[in-house]
Amino acid sequence: MRRVYADYNSSTPIDKEVKEAIMPFLDEKFGNPSNLHSFGRETKEAIENARRKVAEFLNTKPERIFFTSGGTESCNWAIKGIAFANQDKGNHIITSSIEHSSVLNSCLALKDFGFEITFLPVDEYGMVDIEYLKKSIRKDTILVSIMHSNNEVGTIQPIEEISQILKDYDIYFHTDAVASAGKVKLDVEKLGVDLLTISGHKIHAPKGVGVLYIREGVKIENLIHGGHHEQGKRAGTENLIGIVGMGKACEILMRDMEKDIKKIKELRDYLEKKILENIEDVKINGHLEKRLCNTTNISFGYVEGEALLVNLDIEGVAVASGSACASGEPEPSHVLKAMNVPIEYINSPVRFSLGKENTKEEMDYIVEVLIKTVKRLREITAFKKSV
Amino acid sequence: MKKIYLDHQATTPIHPEVLSLMENIQKEIFGNPQSSHYFGFEAKKLLEEARENIASLLNVSPSEIYFTSSGAESNNWAIKKVAFANQNKGNHIIISAIEHPSVIQPAKRLEKLGFEITYLPVDKYGTIDLEELKKKIKKETILISIMHANYEVGTIEPIKEIAEIAKENKIIFHSDGVAAAGQLKIDLKELGVDLYTISSHTFYGPKGVALLYIKRGTKIQPLIEGGIQENNRRAGTENLIGIIGMAKAYEIAIKEMEERKNKLEKLRNRLIEELPKKIDNIYLTGHPQNRLPNHASFCVEYVEGEAMVLYLNQYGIACASGSACSSKQLKASHVLLAMGISPVLAQGSVIFTLGINNTEEDIDYLLEVFPPIVKRLREISPLYKIS
Repeated sequence: MRRVYADYNSSTPIDKEVKEAIMPFLDEKFGNPSNLHSFGRETKEAIENARRKVAEFLNTKPERIFFTSGGTESCNWAIKGIAFANQDKGNHIITSSIEHSSVLNSCLALKDFGFEITFLPVDEYGMVDIEYLKKSIRKDTILVSIMHSNNEVGTIQPIEEISQILKDYDIYFHTDAVASAGKVKLDVEKLGVDLLTISGHKIHAPKGVGVLYIREGVKIENLIHGGHHEQGKRAGTENLIGIVGMGKACEILMRDMEKDIKKIKELRDYLEKKILENIEDVKINGHLEKRLCNTTNISFGYVEGEALLVNLDIEGVAVASGSACASGEPEPSHVLKAMNVPIEYINSPVRFSLGKENTKEEMDYIVEVLIKTVKRLREITAFKKSV
Repeated sequence: MKKIYLDHQATTPIHPEVLSLMENIQKEIFGNPQSSHYFGFEAKKLLEEARENIASLLNVSPSEIYFTSSGAESNNWAIKKVAFANQNKGNHIIISAIEHPSVIQPAKRLEKLGFEITYLPVDKYGTIDLEELKKKIKKETILISIMHANYEVGTIEPIKEIAEIAKENKIIFHSDGVAAAGQLKIDLKELGVDLYTISSHTFYGPKGVALLYIKRGTKIQPLIEGGIQENNRRAGTENLIGIIGMAKAYEIAIKEMEERKNKLEKLRNRLIEELPKKIDNIYLTGHPQNRLPNHASFCVEYVEGEAMVLYLNQYGIACASGSACSSKQLKASHVLLAMGISPVLAQGSVIFTLGINNTEEDIDYLLEVFPPIVKRLREISPLYKIS
């Protein structure tokens, strides 16, 4: 059966070159990087090599790169670690209302420890309200965490502008750049952030590995204590395969990113254009220009969202309604709610997120299936358009 | 040069059968297990099969198995988050003095936050004293954490008896089984623990994946918050390949346990019996009988442990001194000190942990090269000259 994968914001296949880079570490090179003997030294070297690649990718020094088990751990560490280490300065944290669940739920968990959280509103395009941010800053604000781009609708946030605002204050700034990595150039110096999160499996590296960039001098407590790994900041024997894969994936991105972005954006624009041309009552969610090159989130009016996804899957088209980490949630997406998406469009979003393996022909197939499926579902739906 | 790996407590190579399974999965499966489409469903199916497989080998329910990124994460989770979830009942925690840093450091962190920690002493073999444990229990005791076997001296602790004591006093009992898993028969129901940590890379599985068993009904908060993974208790996209590898590796370890044990014990006993005949002033550390089948640990008087490790490395032999995870810190092991070994003698710690690929010839070779190394090191040792 024909299958088209258009859910790259959920996860990506491991790149062929990454697989090759991992191979030696699956069998003959297996030592614990902490060990003094030569088995440990060769794997330690591989990890430090990967760290250099990631550092170069983010334009920083290798010693500012800390490997974790994924984007979720990195976000948890950044938020809780900054909160607990800087409690003496204040207990107020600002984030946006469209963050990934790992940021939102870390913030909510901190409420139990006496922290106060401000959730910034966004406009109808999913752009964070900068004026609201300025007004929200208080004497006891210790951390701002705003995602670099939104994983569901692709809107890219004004991170540089936010760090300009924060420059005048003694406030740490974390950005969750999981959705952006590989699709937007990430330069921590230019962005002006103190902490930045990326994840391996969104950039064609294995699952189970992530990175937290921590600027020099940032006061942060451990999330995982014990052992000297990662400069004593994150205990646990290193995920050797994952880390080697992450380094290679960053190396490939530095080489191919520009070319891939161009190709993927063309496909995305083509898909979007075809859908708009062929299906009525659709709405694009997210900012039309300041948006990830691979993402288009489209609501199909007068269709039941769940039924649409199931039917697309039956036809071999793999897409998502939103974040995989929140699937099974009966509620409409918190991102679309924050964007005030109209009622007839809020329950039927489809997120198409493309990758370098996709082809134009696949886009045609998606459109063909969509036309057929939407038509059929609209014939049977209870949500009739009032004429 | 001949290379002999005798540091299996630090990490193990991936078993060939596990390796080929991981390679096959890596080729075909890349979906996010939480995605609601074909690619997600097939990933989710494999994830749950792995969970069911390992749960049944541990004689518990699959819903009691939570996958994590390392033994250190599991231990951090168990200690810190049982403490916070049960602080309404009390603030006293008992751990043994010879725990791994990933248990001790979280306990120290809790101490700063107002919890009271009792470090239970051990005898000269590294065994905890059950009577002493009973005496240390207070009304406020909410958690006991004692390892199943010690990574540095191989001593096996009376887990079943501890569990009974904990149960009588309605105290939650966690055991760090990282060193024991794959070598000892582990029936979690029969052991009677409430939480138990296992890490894949110590039984010929991949690094970067581990689990925490949480008995149904045990009060614990999440360490990593965010998405709905792991029954809402441990967020983050699942390390699918790692998890599948771990389950397979454990299955093989159980299948071959008896055979491995017989082989390893025979090789290990040669070291324990023959080294003292060839080297004077060398002492076995840990329990002479009640120890891990693959574990031979010694203190060599008048010699520096790290010097022995580096010297042996030049002869192609990889072994350890003190814990792998603290081998960067040049101080006497807290495990040996707790056993009453003098700080000076403890400096001479050397650990040989054997694995399934080791042979009689490997042992012959070690027995041949090690005594002259000790002799040479003693010749340049000021302590030896004085004595």
